Amino acid sequence: MSSLAAARLPRPLHPIAWWLWALALATAASRTGNPLLLALIFAVLGLAVTVRRGDAPWARAFGYYLLLALSVIVIRVLFRAVFAAGTAPDDHILFTLPHLPTPDWYAGIRLGGPVSLEAVLSAALDGMRLACLLCCIGAANTLANPKRALRVLPGALYELGVAVTVALTVAPQLVESVQRVARARRLRAGRTRGLRALRAIALPVLHDALDRSLRLAAAMDSRGYGRTGSATRTSRLLTGALMLTGMTGLCVGAYGLLDPTVPGGVGVGGFAAGAVLCTGGLILGGRRVSRSRYRPDPWQWPEWTVAVGGLAAAVVLAAATGYDPAALGTGPLRWPTLPVLPAAAILLAAVAALAAPPPPPRHRPAVPAGALP
Amino acid sequence: MIRFEHVSVTYAGAAAPVLRDVDLRLDEGELCLVVGHTGTGKSTLLGAVNGLVPHFTGGTLTGRVTVAGRDTAHHPPRELADLVGVVGQDPVAGFVTDTVEEELAYGMEQLALDPKVMRTRVEQALDLLGLAELRHRGLHQLSGGQQQRVAIAAALTAHPRVLVLDEPTSALDPTGAEDVLAAITRLVHDLGITVVLAEHRLERVIPYADRVLQVTGDGAVTCGDPAVVLAASTVAPPVVELARHAGWTPVPLSVRDARRRAAALRERLPAAPPPHRTSRATEATELTARGVTVRHGPVVAVRGVDLDLHRGEVTALMGRNGSGKSSLLWALQGAGRRDGGSVAVRDGSGRTDPRSVSAARARALVGLVPQSAADLLYLDTVGGELDQADRDGAAPGTAATLLDAIAPGIDRAAHPRDLSAGQQLALVLAVQLAVTPGVVLLDEPTRGLDYRAKQALAATVDTLAARGHALVVATHDVEFAALVADRVVVLAEGEIVADGPAAAVLTASPSFAPQVAKILAPAPYLTVGQVRAALAEEAV
Repeated sequence: MSSLAAARLPRPLHPIAWWLWALALATAASRTGNPLLLALIFAVLGLAVTVRRGDAPWARAFGYYLLLALSVIVIRVLFRAVFAAGTAPDDHILFTLPHLPTPDWYAGIRLGGPVSLEAVLSAALDGMRLACLLCCIGAANTLANPKRALRVLPGALYELGVAVTVALTVAPQLVESVQRVARARRLRAGRTRGLRALRAIALPVLHDALDRSLRLAAAMDSRGYGRTGSATRTSRLLTGALMLTGMTGLCVGAYGLLDPTVPGGVGVGGFAAGAVLCTGGLILGGRRVSRSRYRPDPWQWPEWTVAVGGLAAAVVLAAATGYDPAALGTGPLRWPTLPVLPAAAILLAAVAALAAPPPPPRHRPAVPAGALP
Repeated sequence: MIRFEHVSVTYAGAAAPVLRDVDLRLDEGELCLVVGHTGTGKSTLLGAVNGLVPHFTGGTLTGRVTVAGRDTAHHPPRELADLVGVVGQDPVAGFVTDTVEEELAYGMEQLALDPKVMRTRVEQALDLLGLAELRHRGLHQLSGGQQQRVAIAAALTAHPRVLVLDEPTSALDPTGAEDVLAAITRLVHDLGITVVLAEHRLERVIPYADRVLQVTGDGAVTCGDPAVVLAASTVAPPVVELARHAGWTPVPLSVRDARRRAAALRERLPAAPPPHRTSRATEATELTARGVTVRHGPVVAVRGVDLDLHRGEVTALMGRNGSGKSSLLWALQGAGRRDGGSVAVRDGSGRTDPRSVSAARARALVGLVPQSAADLLYLDTVGGELDQADRDGAAPGTAATLLDAIAPGIDRAAHPRDLSAGQQLALVLAVQLAVTPGVVLLDEPTRGLDYRAKQALAATVDTLAARGHALVVATHDVEFAALVADRVVVLAEGEIVADGPAAAVLTASPSFAPQVAKILAPAPYLTVGQVRAALAEEAV
């Protein structure tokens, strides 16, 4: 079988590819105000999640993200209706809420009053954009195993990855511990509420947690965790400084890229400088680590396709907003048009997502005995 | 392979050393069993092998411990990870990742092995321990026996030359324990790994051991041939005790060996054995349960169970892990879920459902000691716990009197968490018995108890039965059940599959038969005590 086809055999796609794709779509969503384009992005996310998610527990999370997104839109509209902003003379008034008088010292905010169609629509559009961002993150979490994503962390951040993994497993154990002790409390007919109950429940639970963490630490030590030599003080400080400034640069850059009002140079420059500093820090920090990785996720052409497809949509939409200001949607009431080029770019991202190999079945069906080799 | 040269270990603040002047030499490919009572320093001895003692636990170690020439004084546990694999009592506490395959690879990743080597070793370990079907499963979805096998496999992938196991089967049902022990012996025979193993239930491991290390309690460690050490040991499985009474030397260690020697004994013993215990059972029903059903989500833990408990009767509740024993006990007490059926407990002259009354009333009807008994303890001192127990509905001093009857001499100022497992159990039992419930339910009380503590617990259970309590003991421990139970109830998938006199149920299936029954079958003997009594009668 050719290596091109082999790359599309069922396997999980590299988590970074999915994250790049989803973040790129999020960037695209933040650069448009056209409800049709946003709806298209929603559709693309839905398609990718439906076709390419596995059947692991985290893969069922997308539904919750959708609910969250819906509630964001509803809350946004409700707030706009209740804390009514002023209305323009030619607005279409939908209905009028009773006006609640506010005390003088609270004069900045008006409660109730007329609610215009324009205000509701613009609130819904704002909410929709935010919801779309949320769903992009949700899709990434659904498509890529979050723990596998942590494994991709560079060597310097390995400890961080381990800490997060351990925390993720300890949290449910702690909940289980609390439930068990609270249940045992009833056997002594102790109160299960109030300060004394808190002590009676917290003490055994803390004992438990402490015992468990000591045993985990002993087990990790016995299995060779932290075997490699430690860094010198100067190199640690230098790594820390590089990482911190790098992160700041990345934040500034991300803000600049996402906010259309900031000059483009700030965004791109900050992002690039931050990335360079962070890479330096990671390389420096990673030098002292000698550790290997079991079955690392390969990066093959489907990964390239997914990542580039997503990024292309982001670039096109970022550039397109420049010559289609009307699509930003706050103009007078009219049915939005679907701009051809951005729509095509988003559809391209959808096609790219389909280039990803299908996820492996979790419970592998046995190969039938009569099947040909 | 492992050398201890004049090793003494003293923990900070302790008056006497835990281990004193230990001199040992363990060779390649030996299965070495560590025996001794609780709190004698078994875990210290095991921890010293890979340097967890004293690098991790603190304390002072004098003398020298070397493993394959590496001195633990200069090599902390992580530097010995490629030589010594460690498996603890609770596998879940040592898991770092969340799927079987990743857990197996974790240790190798730390050792920076080549990815190709890791791939092949993971496959080998999966096959060696029969885990291939489970490779993609989450670690928390596995049964206890499977988890323990994963922990062993994870220790093996680093290709250690020594494997240290601290009570690997203590939480497992007989079948799960068999699986784990079979895996361990296979490792010794196939790979020549040196195994150092601590285990309370000697009857399971002793046939496979090449050598026994006995930790005597005064810090000394004696080392020798299993048959020789056990013939004189205070810690001995039933097969060894039987051999002592029958006068067999050298002592047989396995059921098979003993059975071959027992032909003459079987002839001598009367076909109808004396009762295995003095039953205190009466006809008076203390608790009646009908159609009890417990569901946890889609899982039906207990499925329409009917059960009558009588005054003075001790019932052993048995069944594999996850068969619904705990769920049933909690449902009977009223504190746990009950999704259907009825429970009626004698209350004075009437009958009461413990679920329909307050928790304080319910515990005076049915007392439950849960699996992790320490969950009930939350004060700083033993005395404080006892006083609190009296305040919860008993005359002052009741709990203290009970505790002294069960386990005399526990320091009232001690912290409950510092007590041994047996003492903690005694304290919780005293607390729960202070309000004199008619029904007493014990969930896995023998977990972590050594032979001596189990004997003490058996005596306590007997006393309680004589006082007219109805008792239920959920346990995996067949030998303990043979010692205390009048009646055995076996659960499978939440349903009662066998319910009858202990002698009948315990001799019916090999996995629930005690050693003496296996050796003397078809004669229905359960305990060494019965054999002793029969022989004494004959002598008269």
